[in-house]
Amino acid sequence: MKKIEAIIRSSKFESVKSELSKTGANFFTFFEVKGYGKQLSEHVVYRGVEYDIGYIARMKIEIIVEDQNAKKVADTIRQASHTSEIGDGKIIITHVEEIISIRTGSINESAL
Amino acid sequence: MTEVTFTINNLWILIATMMVFIMHLGFASLEAGLVQQKNTVNILFKNVIILCIGLLTYYVSGFNLMYPGAEYAGGIIGFSGFGLNLPDGAAGLSEYADRKYAYYTDFIFQAMFAATCASIVSGAVAERIKLMPFLVFVFLFVSICYPITGMWKWGGGWLNELGFVDFAGSALVHSVGGWGALAAIILLGARTGKYTEKGVRPIPGHNMPLATIGVFLLWFGWFGFNGGSVLSADPGAVALVFVTTCLGAASGALTTFMVSYWRFKSLDHSMVLNGILGGLVGITAGADSFTPGSAIIVGAIAGAIIPFSVVLFDKLKLDDPVGATSVHLVCGIWGTLAVGIFGSGNFLTQLLGVVVIGAFTFTFAFVVLYIIKKAVGLRVTEDMERRGLDITEHEMGAYQNIDRGNFAMAVAK
Repeated sequence: MKKIEAIIRSSKFESVKSELSKTGANFFTFFEVKGYGKQLSEHVVYRGVEYDIGYIARMKIEIIVEDQNAKKVADTIRQASHTSEIGDGKIIITHVEEIISIRTGSINESAL
Repeated sequence: MTEVTFTINNLWILIATMMVFIMHLGFASLEAGLVQQKNTVNILFKNVIILCIGLLTYYVSGFNLMYPGAEYAGGIIGFSGFGLNLPDGAAGLSEYADRKYAYYTDFIFQAMFAATCASIVSGAVAERIKLMPFLVFVFLFVSICYPITGMWKWGGGWLNELGFVDFAGSALVHSVGGWGALAAIILLGARTGKYTEKGVRPIPGHNMPLATIGVFLLWFGWFGFNGGSVLSADPGAVALVFVTTCLGAASGALTTFMVSYWRFKSLDHSMVLNGILGGLVGITAGADSFTPGSAIIVGAIAGAIIPFSVVLFDKLKLDDPVGATSVHLVCGIWGTLAVGIFGSGNFLTQLLGVVVIGAFTFTFAFVVLYIIKKAVGLRVTEDMERRGLDITEHEMGAYQNIDRGNFAMAVAK
């Protein structure tokens, strides 16, 4: 099994979610995350002073899939979140050793 | 007929008193909205305690220091005893001030004003001052400093004899609070991280809806603050004051909006809120003597000053989270001078009043705060500032479940 972590633009979250459900990967965990990188942060004005808000807001998705589905899911995420501008994000795939379902106690693939 | 007029006059001033009371909720809401979430309880706590200190000290000595009576007319200081002493016994309750209002009405209306000047200071020093030393300062400021300069004009003192005009307190209330705030932020220093080598790093307020509620409550209360200062329910005078007060606020908001858009290309809501208050403070000294047209001009100029003033204080590295110095000090001075231009006052007398009230108040506040600073310190530690004063001073958050979730556990004794 693989864990796919994708950091994507917040504006692409809805399209990633709907494309993923078409591949059958329709449950995952997501987080609102903040980062800092090549892209400039947002510039705003408060009480006459322009400032940089100091972070870039992104969404992070965590999804665990069977080995044979990993490439398909990663490709789906990439296509759905791609804009070709700086700051499109990253997809990280790691190996997962074991999964246990809390409700049933079943392990690994059957726990997915 | 006179009995009916007396009752109506008296009732109007009591209603105005309640409206000024609501201004304290306005100050509390505005200041809470313009500080960071982690300092909300602290600023609310200060606003609550300040009002209570103000009311009690005004009873103990403030009222009789500010209104010592005719024998001190033209003087610099006077005192007619502690507590409330009904003039001429029980009959004095209503046989007072040409039967326009009762003795106790006079006291409670003026008492409600007194704490206002300290509330102004509390916004400017927010997020970094130690609570107990601040309350000691408030006690001295409200019980001694405010009544003395108040007596100079409203108590029949020497500025009154010279023909100085301050209808409802642009100078006596707002600039006094502003001078106190200025002395305090000079001695206190800026919030950690506000002024960096690369320039100003804004620390935005956490709740604009709360700040907006506060400003509308202040605007509402201002009808009582200015309208009650007519000191009777005289139909023409009260109606004019309502009109000038309202037009001043509205034009102040619009010029702040336009100037800040022109200067910063932003529609900064917190700035426009300051503009409303700037217009109100500006109009206060001459609300009874401006025409509606000149009220619009006075408010508009006050509002136009606000964005420049806010940026100027930042340039001087004088950190004022809520803009109290710009609103109450700068616009208070402008409003007092404006009476000499558009209203019933003489410009040079108005200028003299601004200077002497400023010199006395600033010196008083600076010396008191300097002594407190040397004795016990004014600032919280950097660690307390970082964690927020809610948890470090009060051991609670304003939004308990948002701040820390609901993981509370009982502790065995």
